[in-house]
Amino acid sequence: MEKHRQKEKELAYEKIANKHRPKPKIWMNSLKAFVIGGLVCVLGQALMLMYIHWFGFKPEKAGDPTAATLIFISCLLTGLGVYDRIGQWAGAGLAVPVTGFANSIASSALEHRAEGYVLGVGGNMFKLAGAVIVFGTLSAFVIGLIYTLTGLVR
Amino acid sequence: MTGTKLIGKSTWEFQNDVRVLSSAATVGPMEGEGLLRESFDKIYPDLYAGEETWEKAERKMLEDAVSLAIEKAGLTPEQIDFYLAGDLLNQNISASFSAKTNQIPFLGVYGACSTSMLSLALAAVLVDGGYARHVIAGVSSHNCTAEKQYRYPTEYGGQKPETAQWTVTGAGACLLGRSGDGPVVRYATVGKVTDLGVKNPMDMGSAMAPAAAQTIQAHFADTGRSPEDYDLIVTGDLAKVGLPIARELLKNAGFEMGEHFADCGLMIYTQKQETFAGGSGCACSAVVTYGHLLREMMRNKWKRILVVATGALLSTVSYQQGEAIPCIAHAVAFEMEEGKEGKA
Repeated sequence: MEKHRQKEKELAYEKIANKHRPKPKIWMNSLKAFVIGGLVCVLGQALMLMYIHWFGFKPEKAGDPTAATLIFISCLLTGLGVYDRIGQWAGAGLAVPVTGFANSIASSALEHRAEGYVLGVGGNMFKLAGAVIVFGTLSAFVIGLIYTLTGLVR
Repeated sequence: MTGTKLIGKSTWEFQNDVRVLSSAATVGPMEGEGLLRESFDKIYPDLYAGEETWEKAERKMLEDAVSLAIEKAGLTPEQIDFYLAGDLLNQNISASFSAKTNQIPFLGVYGACSTSMLSLALAAVLVDGGYARHVIAGVSSHNCTAEKQYRYPTEYGGQKPETAQWTVTGAGACLLGRSGDGPVVRYATVGKVTDLGVKNPMDMGSAMAPAAAQTIQAHFADTGRSPEDYDLIVTGDLAKVGLPIARELLKNAGFEMGEHFADCGLMIYTQKQETFAGGSGCACSAVVTYGHLLREMMRNKWKRILVVATGALLSTVSYQQGEAIPCIAHAVAFEMEEGKEGKA
């Protein structure tokens, strides 16, 4: 009974609060994420072509230096203190590509430098990225399993 | 004579001429470029304030605010009987480490961002009750230490919603005693913890608004006062989202708050400074009240003000475990006597 009354109060309050909460700009944010995310991919493609044509990388190997370059740029911008401002504007457009992953590691490392290299930087670097690695690996395993099993049936 | 200083359910009436002897506010660079830049006693050029870490910087700001307030009253730390302080960091480290420096007998208090008025109300009780002659109350918060503890690394590029708030970097201290011609501390209303199910730590304004509304209502019920009795009623850090919610809740309860209802979180930064919904943190209500409001009272801009500091009592563990954010608000009423003008 008490729980029920609390729930009713919460719902009534939610109605009042929602009137005053700014609406998230879903369409604008999606559009920005699409354009910025696309531009990051264009930059990646340009880097890849550069590595193939000017540095003699084989096309199937050129992905590695490309990702490394994007990670470097992302970490540099994080260290210079501008990545968070661009990220606030660009949203998922920067968060989804490898740039977001690099930023999450670099920013955690910077943040915990004050607690020393081992416990601070080492212990906290993967604070945010850890979840991405764990579930990335897990989903890769599951997809791999499905792929193998469907292959056996065929 | 027991109970005579408790009026109504939860309001203390201070009858023994408890006064603000002095107050001081120290702030970070961003606050120093904001709307109240003229009101602060010290503005640090960067977020480190000459220290090695942000945590040490926050402590330094608190230490400086406390010693400036004592100095302004023409006293020395030895003449202060008790030091009441709190902050947002785990185990209240800014407050207790600063008490190690100034060596004043120390009482650590915690009420999240409501700590400013919580510590001040308790200081007034000690002075009014004759348990102390001079008590100083102080709080601090720092944008980077708060982000680090409660949210994400400061350089992390995740997008924040419009309802998020910006933790104020700075510290405020207020010295109470029984002499002088400063503002009188008249009432303090102690809040109850409220919880209306808001779980989003990026939306503290709507989590805390019901606590503010409840304490304001309790204050009116206990004292028999109404919104018109105050020249200004300010909440601590409800900001753009929470203030209109509190206004509506109070309207539904029969109180028309009018033009003189404001929020400290909306008074510090300019429109251009990107702070989402507005300022927050212990220092938010403290630097506005101790730096700006009390000073303006002494210049006779306002006769009576009510400061309602709001606090969100969450921890990173509680919200990760899916619990809602319990909130509290404490109110303190300041008054200038008729025909007197204090020294600003």
